[in-house]
Amino acid sequence: MKSSVGDARDLPEETLLGLYRVMQLIRRAEEVIADLLEAGEIKCPTHLYIGQEAVAAGVCAALRADDIVFGTHRSHGHYLAKGGDLDGMMAELLGKETGCARGRGGSMHLVAPEVGILGTSPIVAGSLPLAVGTAWASLLRGDGKVSAVFFGDGAVEEGVYHECLNFASLKKLPVVFVCENNFYSSHLILSERQPVDNIHETAGVHDLPGFRIDGNDVVQVFDTAKEAVDRARAGLGPTLIEARTYRWRGHVGPNWDLDKDIRTEQEVRSWMEKDPIKRARESLLGSGVSETDLRQIDYEIEDEITRSVEFARSSPYPDATALADFVLVP
Amino acid sequence: MSRQLSYGLAINEAMHQLMERDESVFLTGQGVISPWYVGNTTQGLFDRFGPQRIVDTPVSELCITGAAVGAALAGMRPVVIHPRMDFMLLAVDQVVNQAANWHYMSGGRTKVPVTVRGIVNRGGEQAAQHSQSFHALYAHVPGLKVVMPATPHDAKGLLISAVLDDNPVVYIDDRWLYEETADVPEDFYEVELGKARVAREGKDVTIVATSWLSAQALIAAQGLADEGIEAEVIDLRTLKPLDSQAILESVAKTGRLVVADGGWRTCGYAAEVIAGVATEAHDSLRAAPVRVTLPDVPAPMSKTLEAVFYRRAEHIADGVRAVLGLGRAGSREETDGFAAPGTEVSYAMREAVK
Repeated sequence: MKSSVGDARDLPEETLLGLYRVMQLIRRAEEVIADLLEAGEIKCPTHLYIGQEAVAAGVCAALRADDIVFGTHRSHGHYLAKGGDLDGMMAELLGKETGCARGRGGSMHLVAPEVGILGTSPIVAGSLPLAVGTAWASLLRGDGKVSAVFFGDGAVEEGVYHECLNFASLKKLPVVFVCENNFYSSHLILSERQPVDNIHETAGVHDLPGFRIDGNDVVQVFDTAKEAVDRARAGLGPTLIEARTYRWRGHVGPNWDLDKDIRTEQEVRSWMEKDPIKRARESLLGSGVSETDLRQIDYEIEDEITRSVEFARSSPYPDATALADFVLVP
Repeated sequence: MSRQLSYGLAINEAMHQLMERDESVFLTGQGVISPWYVGNTTQGLFDRFGPQRIVDTPVSELCITGAAVGAALAGMRPVVIHPRMDFMLLAVDQVVNQAANWHYMSGGRTKVPVTVRGIVNRGGEQAAQHSQSFHALYAHVPGLKVVMPATPHDAKGLLISAVLDDNPVVYIDDRWLYEETADVPEDFYEVELGKARVAREGKDVTIVATSWLSAQALIAAQGLADEGIEAEVIDLRTLKPLDSQAILESVAKTGRLVVADGGWRTCGYAAEVIAGVATEAHDSLRAAPVRVTLPDVPAPMSKTLEAVFYRRAEHIADGVRAVLGLGRAGSREETDGFAAPGTEVSYAMREAVK
């Protein structure tokens, strides 16, 4: 583990409140999305991020508004943390024309170029080269932007992962590789896929720094990401962050994958006790923020989510005559 | 006064002119500074534009191609070269899953102006993994444009158009054409994507051809003229989007169609051209079309096998005679008869013992 354990006392209260707000927004939005999935209102393959919120919140807080982010099939958190519009995401999940991808992408293809989210892809490790490429563009243009790419522990098993670390390190590209190690790729646990639990060490052979951190500690995530982003922006090249965390829900959909002999309830409960939001909340209360202030944030979030669902429900579907729009740029 | 330039140097000139005009253009891929990987098509670029914009790479086709796609998403206009199309298959995810789909699945909010250049390099006993042309595979995929220049003029103009286009374009050039020399304007000019070229006019039969076989079709047409057959030759230039109009207009005039393509027969590009004519203009056809393609066999090694594997002008001429009902008995089958199991072998054997 990284030696410098995150300490909330080092952070301005405003920053920690911001992190709390983002995590709570992701959590509550996804709990509502889970309900919409169960009700059949959302039909596209939807992978929930609940439990991992600290990673998206911490990394994106360390980025500038014009920095670039790529994600995966499990990217609601990345999208919201980077500042993606909640209405646009909710409408996208319902397949509406007002969605962030105009109903052409769904949960796995969130996009918000206005805040630097150039896309997400369920092809495992598929967006790593894209982030290497946007970082390459930044190096060529000298625009000072940093690119960050989120991926799971399964992506490390793809050959292109190593190609990307190698090339990014060789060219000292301003990119941050964020591995969210939640110990499962779909149904299969890490120990059935990798002989050693050492993802952060894969950085070493490609000569870039690799940090293993507690992905449920938002302050530690933020601190580590800040260091990586500063390094990238200073022209010192890429960093690998292995954030160890856990998704509470199953691989896809609203269920918990407890009925399929994949994982135990005891395991899920042990991770729920390490809830990153509860930890941030306790930290804030300990530093003098009032319960009332936190409740006020929670109320605002509930209101925002309710309005986004109404917006999505009342939005039109894409017109059937527009099937072939956007195949090619005219 | 007109200026002559080889196909290889026409590609080279297009790159020089693109890079001097547009800071967002850069060139990458394995062997871009190699003395042998890409012929003379990149000569002088490194000395002129430097290591930032002319980037030879690690042996990582998938990462490098994806990085070019990513750079394009960020507003650059990268050209990524695969010196052999065989190796380009290692990058298919980034071309097909990512580049081709990104604009669509983002609801038009992003675009990918990348040019992926694949070089077909075959013959000389290079065998199955140093010889392949996968243009039909890429042409199958929505969201990609696919071009195959057959002349020095188009090698330059299509590369310029490909790089300036806002979509991902697969540009496929052919080492067998590199020494072909013809008039090439010194200006910076585009050849419109999606427009075929009538390379020779004729009234008796339409030959639709791609890339090197377009040049071979012209040789065939010249020979056929001596027999009193006037063949019209259409060089497609762009495979996707296909210029159906040019084909249909020609077939409406001639009523007969031969398609010559350097890919395999099954699910190949020739099949697509014929299907288009059969469904759109069946009444125009006065005879069943003929396709001149590679047999459904991996590229061989020994010269005796290579001699019967690749299609040339003589096969196109045979195809024309067959579609006109003038061929020797069995010539249609020999040109177009590779579907039946076993016929590849018997055909190769017959040819080899000649």
